[in-house]
Amino acid sequence: MYDLKALYEAQSVQDAVRLRLEHPQAQILAGGTDVLVQMREGKRAGKELISIYGIDALRGVALEEDGTIRIGSLTSFSHITKDPIIQKYINVLGEAVDMVGGPQIRNAGTIGGNTCNGVTSADSASTLFAWDAVVELTGGNGVRKLPIQDFYISAGKVDIRPDEIQTAVLIPKASYESCFGHYIKYAMRNAMDIATTGCSVNVVLSEDKKSIVRARIAYGVAGPIPLRCSHAEAAAQGRSLTEETAEAFSSAVLEDIHPRDSWRASKAFREHIAVELAKRGLKESIRLAGGELA
Amino acid sequence: MSNQYKLIRCTINGKTVERMVDVRASLTDMLRNDFRLTSVKKGCEVGECGACNVLINGECFNSCLYLAAWADGKNIRTAEDLMAPDGELADIQQAFIDEAAIQCGFCTPGFLMTAVEILESGKEYTDEELRKLLSGHLCRCTGYENILRAVKKTMLRRLGKV
Repeated sequence: MYDLKALYEAQSVQDAVRLRLEHPQAQILAGGTDVLVQMREGKRAGKELISIYGIDALRGVALEEDGTIRIGSLTSFSHITKDPIIQKYINVLGEAVDMVGGPQIRNAGTIGGNTCNGVTSADSASTLFAWDAVVELTGGNGVRKLPIQDFYISAGKVDIRPDEIQTAVLIPKASYESCFGHYIKYAMRNAMDIATTGCSVNVVLSEDKKSIVRARIAYGVAGPIPLRCSHAEAAAQGRSLTEETAEAFSSAVLEDIHPRDSWRASKAFREHIAVELAKRGLKESIRLAGGELA
Repeated sequence: MSNQYKLIRCTINGKTVERMVDVRASLTDMLRNDFRLTSVKKGCEVGECGACNVLINGECFNSCLYLAAWADGKNIRTAEDLMAPDGELADIQQAFIDEAAIQCGFCTPGFLMTAVEILESGKEYTDEELRKLLSGHLCRCTGYENILRAVKKTMLRRLGKV
């Protein structure tokens, strides 16, 4: 038995909005792999829950008319990994969420839950930051869309208003077109572990595959929330595919990140691996994009 | 708040059933207490050990992190479903015995249901892929190698490759 005060099951998005307003103290429950654990641990014991898990309309991946990839917030990690649209246009996201927990967790956990948690170590978050994902929230006054960078406010806190639930994560066409990326999770174990640092890099190469038109990089666990590295991105833009470019790109990362000492790893170690992951991530992204390091 | 109950209707091991469940119950609680399906073990109860793993609509879930209330309309299978009506063991169960993939047996039902999901995909996986697919379970006896061998052997047999 869970120590929960009451359970409200939303049948639709509108129903969820109504329940949110009726029960302002209640916690939203999606796949349960974090909220139910916290309830067992006592952190959320005695709370009311609004379960949105039954809203099937929020499941699945679709390509919208303007080319935007729409990932319903309740789409499980394993379904994202297996989805043909994801595999074709943003395979790195499928690979990243395939590193969350273990197989059963990936069948239960959802991308909406992963982002609404607001934790920096979420395996989907760095890739969503690096691909300029847009978060769709639905509330009493309709739909609100905001860049994922604005969605994250501080550790554990995201911009969801009292009447809202997250309904989708969107990847705009301009973001994924001709773009190839790679995610590296650095953790102590291969399964059932939280990232010490996670790094997601992607590039668009010039037509002749000789230079970088656009490079983007984001980290999880390099600060209290996932973050982008503008210095590193600027250091790679327009540059040719050389070892020096990879060096400049990866060392510039240190101007952007601010990891902390924790029991998982020291600040110095995190900085060290952050640079190395940036370099490896860039090289692999270039390779995936069909380029070759001179 | 007084106790809150929900009427659920679902299929468990091929049988359609109906129950009033306490909304505070996990699916583990429901399967063990209401249906006496004790192959579903209570291990860590926080989704780390995989001992409570069951199939829901063909996918593996740790039933400790799944509300009994969510079971409504679902098709649930536990290790009790594997044995034939005459008591004959399923191929995967026999393979676990043949490969000494069991010692204390606590993790076994959970592993078996993950193996069922792997086998029913009809795909052939490499050892590395199988290790990853089996990584949501803890076993403190066997060291995993025998479990991997049992699953691999059954996979290859079903694909007609041995």
